[in-house]
Amino acid sequence: MKQFRIAAHPILNVPMLDKVSFYFNGKLIEAQKGEMISSALIANGIDVFGHHHKDDSAQGMFCANGQCAKCTVIANGVAVKSCMTAVEENMIVQSAEGLPVLPEDDSTQSFEPIEDISCEVLIIGGGPAGLSAAAELGKHDVDTILLDDKKTLGGKLVLQTHKFFGSQEDSRAGTRGHNIGQIISEELDKYKSVQAWKNSTALFVFSDKKVGVLKDGVYKLITPKRILNAAGAREKFLRFQGNNLARIYGAGAFQTLVNRDLVRPTQRLFIIGGGNVGLIAAYHAMQAGIEVVGLAEAMPHCGGYKVHEDKLRRFGVPIYTSHSILCAYGEESVEGVTITAVDEKFNAIEGTEKSFACDTVLVAVGLDSLSEFTLEAEQAGIPIDAAGDALEIAEASSAMFNGKIAGLKIAKIFKGDKVEDIPESWYSKAEMLKRHPGQIKGYQTLTDESGVMPIIHCLQEIPCNPCTTVCPTQSIHTEDGTLFTQPQYDGKCIGCGKCLLICPGLAITLVDYRKNADLPTVSIAYEIANYEIKPGDKRELCDIDANFLGVFEVVKTDNFRNVNTMIVRFEVPREIAKKVAGFRVQAEEVSRPLPQPVIPERMKDEAMVCLCERVTAGEVRALIRQGIHDLNQIKAMTRAGMGPCGAKTCEVLIKGLLREEGVAVGEVISNTKRPVFVEVPLGVFPGGGVK
Amino acid sequence: MIHDVIIIGAGSIGLPTALDLAESGLKVLVIDGEHAPGQQNNKKAIGGVRATHSDFGKISIGRRTIEVFKNWQESRGDDIGWFSGGYSYPAYTKEDEKSLKELMEIQLDFGLNIKWLSPDEYAQIVPGIAREGLLGSTYSPEDGSCSPLLFSSSLYRYALKAGVEFRFGERLVEMKMNGDKISELITDKSRYQANIVINAAGSFAREVGAMVHENLPVFPDNHEAGITEPVARFFEPMVVDMRKAPGSANFYFYQNYEGQVLFCITPDPPILGVNNRSTSEFLPMCGKRMIDLYPRLRLLRVRRTWRGQYPMTPDGFPIVGHSQTAQNMLNAVGMCGQGFMFGPGMAELLTRMITQDLRNSDLDILKSFDPRRDFSSEEKFK
Repeated sequence: MKQFRIAAHPILNVPMLDKVSFYFNGKLIEAQKGEMISSALIANGIDVFGHHHKDDSAQGMFCANGQCAKCTVIANGVAVKSCMTAVEENMIVQSAEGLPVLPEDDSTQSFEPIEDISCEVLIIGGGPAGLSAAAELGKHDVDTILLDDKKTLGGKLVLQTHKFFGSQEDSRAGTRGHNIGQIISEELDKYKSVQAWKNSTALFVFSDKKVGVLKDGVYKLITPKRILNAAGAREKFLRFQGNNLARIYGAGAFQTLVNRDLVRPTQRLFIIGGGNVGLIAAYHAMQAGIEVVGLAEAMPHCGGYKVHEDKLRRFGVPIYTSHSILCAYGEESVEGVTITAVDEKFNAIEGTEKSFACDTVLVAVGLDSLSEFTLEAEQAGIPIDAAGDALEIAEASSAMFNGKIAGLKIAKIFKGDKVEDIPESWYSKAEMLKRHPGQIKGYQTLTDESGVMPIIHCLQEIPCNPCTTVCPTQSIHTEDGTLFTQPQYDGKCIGCGKCLLICPGLAITLVDYRKNADLPTVSIAYEIANYEIKPGDKRELCDIDANFLGVFEVVKTDNFRNVNTMIVRFEVPREIAKKVAGFRVQAEEVSRPLPQPVIPERMKDEAMVCLCERVTAGEVRALIRQGIHDLNQIKAMTRAGMGPCGAKTCEVLIKGLLREEGVAVGEVISNTKRPVFVEVPLGVFPGGGVK
Repeated sequence: MIHDVIIIGAGSIGLPTALDLAESGLKVLVIDGEHAPGQQNNKKAIGGVRATHSDFGKISIGRRTIEVFKNWQESRGDDIGWFSGGYSYPAYTKEDEKSLKELMEIQLDFGLNIKWLSPDEYAQIVPGIAREGLLGSTYSPEDGSCSPLLFSSSLYRYALKAGVEFRFGERLVEMKMNGDKISELITDKSRYQANIVINAAGSFAREVGAMVHENLPVFPDNHEAGITEPVARFFEPMVVDMRKAPGSANFYFYQNYEGQVLFCITPDPPILGVNNRSTSEFLPMCGKRMIDLYPRLRLLRVRRTWRGQYPMTPDGFPIVGHSQTAQNMLNAVGMCGQGFMFGPGMAELLTRMITQDLRNSDLDILKSFDPRRDFSSEEKFK
């Protein structure tokens, strides 16, 4: 069977793993040892994992994070989440058709006593914030347990193949996210006072001040003196017709498949959302050899960094601002998407619809802090802090820095004066790192046309400055010396190219007039090796806004393997040399709309708000119009929120509907949160785990 | 404006009573501190409904309630998830077998449909139940279950249609007396007048009584419950294990109309007060007992747990009747965790009291729930 795997990746090593075989619906298929069932199925081109017991709709991968149950399959007779269950040799996997049947296994179970462990600090979440906090606590010998539900620490860092923004000093800017995760996890091994529990999910902070944890399938209780909530964020979902089809993913799920598991879930991808998450996902898709058909953003401008957006445009990915998704269509899985222009109130403008053939829609429309553990701890009376996205949504660079501050603060509580004071400047730096992009300015005026110099195509204020710290001649500075303002060139460039290689936005080119002032050499950083490039190739060069400047021949390429980045050199006329920002890599026909848009005939309110219980926007809207503003009541009447994900998806969508219907936020009563965070077999709780 | 009836509490008793009173032509107002109907202990009920009690009052109310639930979809059109799965009390000790069989005699005398199943017969309806020491089980096939959430939503819809007014998010703070009658109800938002006031305040019934200087012996204690993922039906009845174990008295579970298993345990000694926060003890304790009794449950995934209260009276019987201090107040309180399974039957009884339409049998029922009774005797079989 054809395998949909990523055989070569410009950034990631593709490991040679042992093969195992397992059965899916009676057919023998091949998987890689240790991979999740879901990834093995997708790698074999299977994206429908079963059908819902309520309406027979196709079910498949959705969160890839163990939070929902859309990916449920029957493995050796037991219903499991395929994204959290590793495939085994000769495993018999069946699609989940309707309600699962409980195995008639009546063997008795013996229970071990539940381990009840005390510690000073419990950190929930081993992502950028949690790891950074744990490192500080480790340095100061504070007894700490760090929980993470995955087998590799790093949280979403693991999925980030791009170089990080921020500063080199405080947030390892210029280093790729997945490497950062590894570096900090290795650092933690040095500290005896920190235990990092992998494969460990926090289930609830109970009122008797104990935290229930499922570690490697065994239930344990932890009694911490303090908790740090570093559990990150949850992706928002979107209401649109067809939002329940298979092959609609959040960015986290998509990046998990592509960057962690190296499977290729799609050939042609359309992205909704122009924040950093959506923009970066598009870039990751291209690195995985996936065609990015387009990206739609409802606002008039993308909310993500301009350098990301510019880069995509130059590569040939159209970005449709003031556009929203009208529908996804297809039999069971996505076969296409229709977008529409929207007015300033986000209402669709009729006649502007465009449809594209694509097999996957990626929804990246923002994040919500994961606040449950904070609320639970507050109610239980355990002192709690939060860091990273669980505190406030921002870049991972910011999460690392405020995690570090949180760790140090907590260390001080336990170790007093033995811990250094936190410098005031850290707090302003923390503020700076989480700033949203600022003004867009013009290019710096550089009249000189001799020697060699960097051209900085980074025109928007963002918290990022590795180009200034990497330059051996200190020739690049931000306007006012802070992290946030625009970098400027002023000095003696020696043409070393370090700024090109470190810039996370690939927004610096080098113009070298030394050999031939009339035909200077322009050097461009490039890291999409799937689209191969070699001397002699012709490429369409373009300026920062993707305007065509002409077709030129590649004169030289240099591969900097230690940073997985290439430098591609062209010789271009003097007049355009400083304008060149990049070159197209994706052919125009990839993103061509269909001749006729596909416009849904059904009512728009058929969009699902609760995928678990199959509740439509229309059903909920009717209740809101009867004056019902309590999500608990909406749940009682419709079951929206009663499904396996525990209202993690629908709550935001229902609140969006309430807002749309003109209900003031103060009048909305939120869902009551109860244990457990994710579904767990009953047999786990008495102790000893389920065999 | 003077309402015919003001009901304090939009819960298991208040909601069906409001509907019945309004449909018999009265002007009804319901006040509840929550933001929607059934948001206190009504929604905490796991949904079991039985008539197989040991006392005429409870049996009669339970029986009538089952009729209402059973016929609800046909008569009103709303699906409330009724399932006639029956109740079962398996016996694993000689003493339990003896007391269950004695009780069965009384229940049969009342005309209830209940029988004794042999271990083999019981394993037919609860396949995989622990057979070691199993002596048999009672089985009352006409008992069953339905969804408190769906039923309350349906009641609320019909109550609105029938003209009931609801004041949600409003707390009763004072009841003004004029002589021996309540003249005014004062909430944190407004003031109201009514000819008749019904105290259906569940866990807060004692506090409401205190507003008219009445000492109602209603003391809530805490219970935790849970629900699993849905699976294809694999057993029929509610299973009640009467045995005691360290930390707990009985526990029970059943599979609802959606295929989800709901479960609940009675802490021993009781945990008094009102505290809705979950403890770390519940799942290990209840899980162990459930799996010991029914091993295959161990693979079933727990979806959610919660904590609620049983508003208990000293003898385990509700208190239904006229207030002893306020002549125009009726108490329908102290349902002892059975408010949901008594709701519709109790609502009809209260309506007949108010419309002065009481039957002879009602007077016998009310004897069981008499507010003036001596609370020292205990129910034979809770």
